Amino acid sequence: MVEHRRFGNLLPHVILLIGVAIVAFPVYLAVIASTHDNAVIANGQMPLYPGSHALETYWNTLVSGTGKTTRQPVGTMMLNSLIMALGIAGGKIAISIISAYAIVFFSFPFRMTAFWTIFITLMLPVEVRIFPTYKITSDLHLLDSYAGLILPLIASATATLLFRQFFMTVPKELVEASKIDGAGPIRFFWDTLLPLSVTNIAALFVILFIYGWNQYLWPLLITTRDDMQTIVIGIKKIIDVKDALTEWQVAMATAVLAMLPPVAVVVLMQRLFVKGLIETEK
Amino acid sequence: MARVALRNVTKIYPGGFQAIKGIDFEVGDGQFCVLVGPSGCGKSTLLRMVAGLETITGGDIDIGGRIVNQVEPADRDIAMVFQNYALYPHMSVYNNMAYGLRNRGMGEAEIKTRVEEAARILELGAMLQRKPGQLSGGQRQRVAMGRAIVRQPKVFLFDEPLSNLDAKLRIAMRVEIRKLQRRLKTTSIYVTHDQLEAMTLADMLVVMNSGQVEQIGNPLDIYQKPATTFVASFIGAPPMNLLPIRSDGIKAQLPGATDGGILGIRPEDFVVSNDAGKGVAFDLTVEAIERVGAETFIYGAREREAQAVTATPGELPSGEVIVRIPGAEAPGIGQRIRAVAPRDRLHLFSADGRKRIDL
Amino acid sequence: MENRALFAGKLLPCLLILPQLAVSLIFFYWPAAQALWQSFLVQDAFGLSTEFVWFENYVNLLQTPEYYQAIAITLIFSALVAFFSLALGLLLAVMANRNIRGIQIYRTFLIVPYAVAPAVASVLFIFMFQPGLGMIARALQRNGIDWNPVLNGTHAMILVVIVAVWNQISYNFLFFLAGLQAIPKSVIEAAAIDGARPMRRFWTIVFPLLSPTTFFLIIVNITYVFFNTLGIIDTATGGGPNGATETLVYKVFQDGKVGTDLGGSGAQSVILMVIVVALTAFQFRYVEKKVHY
Repeated sequence: MVEHRRFGNLLPHVILLIGVAIVAFPVYLAVIASTHDNAVIANGQMPLYPGSHALETYWNTLVSGTGKTTRQPVGTMMLNSLIMALGIAGGKIAISIISAYAIVFFSFPFRMTAFWTIFITLMLPVEVRIFPTYKITSDLHLLDSYAGLILPLIASATATLLFRQFFMTVPKELVEASKIDGAGPIRFFWDTLLPLSVTNIAALFVILFIYGWNQYLWPLLITTRDDMQTIVIGIKKIIDVKDALTEWQVAMATAVLAMLPPVAVVVLMQRLFVKGLIETEK
Repeated sequence: MARVALRNVTKIYPGGFQAIKGIDFEVGDGQFCVLVGPSGCGKSTLLRMVAGLETITGGDIDIGGRIVNQVEPADRDIAMVFQNYALYPHMSVYNNMAYGLRNRGMGEAEIKTRVEEAARILELGAMLQRKPGQLSGGQRQRVAMGRAIVRQPKVFLFDEPLSNLDAKLRIAMRVEIRKLQRRLKTTSIYVTHDQLEAMTLADMLVVMNSGQVEQIGNPLDIYQKPATTFVASFIGAPPMNLLPIRSDGIKAQLPGATDGGILGIRPEDFVVSNDAGKGVAFDLTVEAIERVGAETFIYGAREREAQAVTATPGELPSGEVIVRIPGAEAPGIGQRIRAVAPRDRLHLFSADGRKRIDL
Repeated sequence: MENRALFAGKLLPCLLILPQLAVSLIFFYWPAAQALWQSFLVQDAFGLSTEFVWFENYVNLLQTPEYYQAIAITLIFSALVAFFSLALGLLLAVMANRNIRGIQIYRTFLIVPYAVAPAVASVLFIFMFQPGLGMIARALQRNGIDWNPVLNGTHAMILVVIVAVWNQISYNFLFFLAGLQAIPKSVIEAAAIDGARPMRRFWTIVFPLLSPTTFFLIIVNITYVFFNTLGIIDTATGGGPNGATETLVYKVFQDGKVGTDLGGSGAQSVILMVIVVALTAFQFRYVEKKVHY
């Protein structure tokens, strides 16, 4: 800041390094554990450097699972997670952007009622309406289906509000100019509004992908078949056996695989992620 | 109160960019010094170095007989008014002014006296309990001034304090700042890019360009005897006409002039007349006219003459000569006129524009 | 709200808004209404008859000591997580807000926990804190601490707090960093010239100016603890031992799974809804306050 530092910037580096160490250590340990033999881990003598069982463990985890508990290869779980995450992110963006478009650029009966109806869903997270929602999903025969995993989570007031906010900043003159150029509402949406929203869509996508991938409660409730499990649910079942039986190397490999996609998205799309995070909350 | 001296001050940024290239000058006790120059010339950087907000790469800064290169801003006994005022948004006007005094451990009674005195001078009495967010631009500016004066520092530093105000308020505040400084007699350094503000405020004017001093002096001397073509075109509006001495036309009329020099004539020094007398005459075709009311500016194209030099600030379109005449007179577009500048009002510079040549 | 109404037509906008409204009504409003309705009903053990009982379910709920325990646990859990994750996030953000080298690298590492699902984060920490084999558990035991979150309620609480704090650091760090960067540099410089030393400058200028961010983050962290820690608790402790880590949301989940007391479950859900409404209302006051500065 302002002071002339005689010792350079030593203190911030030290504190940030400690912070990074605290944050990274559990992840590092999981990666290391996934490369060791379960016997080494179980007797508490695991070293802090990688072992030699990585290939074998990951192959087994992905293709055949633990055998003892989930009976499902983690590869299937990852595919389920991926479908759910993409479905939730894509679906939320699609239905929010068109509803925001309707609310901002049109005048129609009960427009404000519709807006508030969407807005209030902000106050109804799935946790407060778990079982009735479960019952409806079950009545609609959506248990153990991708539609059942995705649809109930797809309405998002946050995304609608974000797009509404952004659309309000689009100059009125732009609409007027397109009208003069002969574009109707659908052409304007495709040719002008959508290209302008690309960054916002991408930023939102990053956030929603993580949100979808990391869902816990809902998939736990509505998947009963093992082949519909997501990885975040699967991992719980892997460690949920009596201590001595837990195959820790498989559990840790699963944890690493469960972290990999969202962490990769966040790290590789850091700028979009930060933008998405800060803007959806404002 | 104190004298401020800069001795061979330099600033090189970590990237290698040399922002300040060896500056020397001294501001006398109670003087009002204005640093003026185009944006990017280093004037704000220099001011921030005096404040202690930027480190000094080389040379010495001396405030009141003490070298302050390694002294923290808080201990330099200076106060600064920022361009965006930098008021503390969460504190009332009173607390904004009191903050610096409290940090120095002054008693509340003394603080109250000082703040109320400053509020009285600046007519802020009714606003002491308001937050900056509830004030107008001009009022915020005055609070920023108040925060500086309650401290009774050795030196005031101003970093373009008026540039966020509208034109009318800017002129009013300019006068107020000058009156205030006369009254408090506190040594002041003021940075601006506005040459009019610089001319009207300064006891001592420092014209800067790309990290260097172009000229130091009192404003009128600088106006009358600019040391370089840069100063000539920067100080004064509209800018001085700068014409290369290549053609025989000018040379014939100017015995001392050498080939390749630059002739400078201020628009206001021209007279429209058929009599060349003891000066230089130009035959111009009127291309555009600007009537400002009290005066009129004629933009004329020179006939059979070489092109004008484009000086660094580059405000003068090449080939054009600007002539100022009284507002009542008005030639028509396309009309030919003869503009004459008396010999004692001519400025002559070396070909690179870096040196003034006395006629 | 400004109505720009730039396109005519009634049918198109209705079609555009229909999917969102349909999903909201089917999966949000209808279940919420169901929960509300159920909370006023009592069903017999075989689900053969139901009776409208007004607030009896609420009265019963508020007479169970376990419910108060869940409230207390939720509050303690929220307070601990909010305090530690905010303090750490702020400390790291302040350090990262200096003009230092490698800030991008630090930031990249520090945002990783955000991407990790609470349940997965929980597994990472279980592995370290598992008595007998976990690295940290063994270290504690070597130092004479009989660490056992499976039997000791306090240990179980410490474990879930650590996981939640770790999981939330990224979020708080990023928001504090954004908040710090929004403070004009000149205000800090003015304070330095006004004679405030770094610590005093932080507490008298920076911290007050961050207060809208802090306030907002407190609400967000509480909301996180209420609703997003279910995965952590379910994976790490299952609410135990003896309900020592059973929060309000976890209790709804647990009681509902058994599925015998639909009325009580409904009443619990309705109380949670009221809490969310309150938290959201608070959050909007933050937006209002932000306009001030």
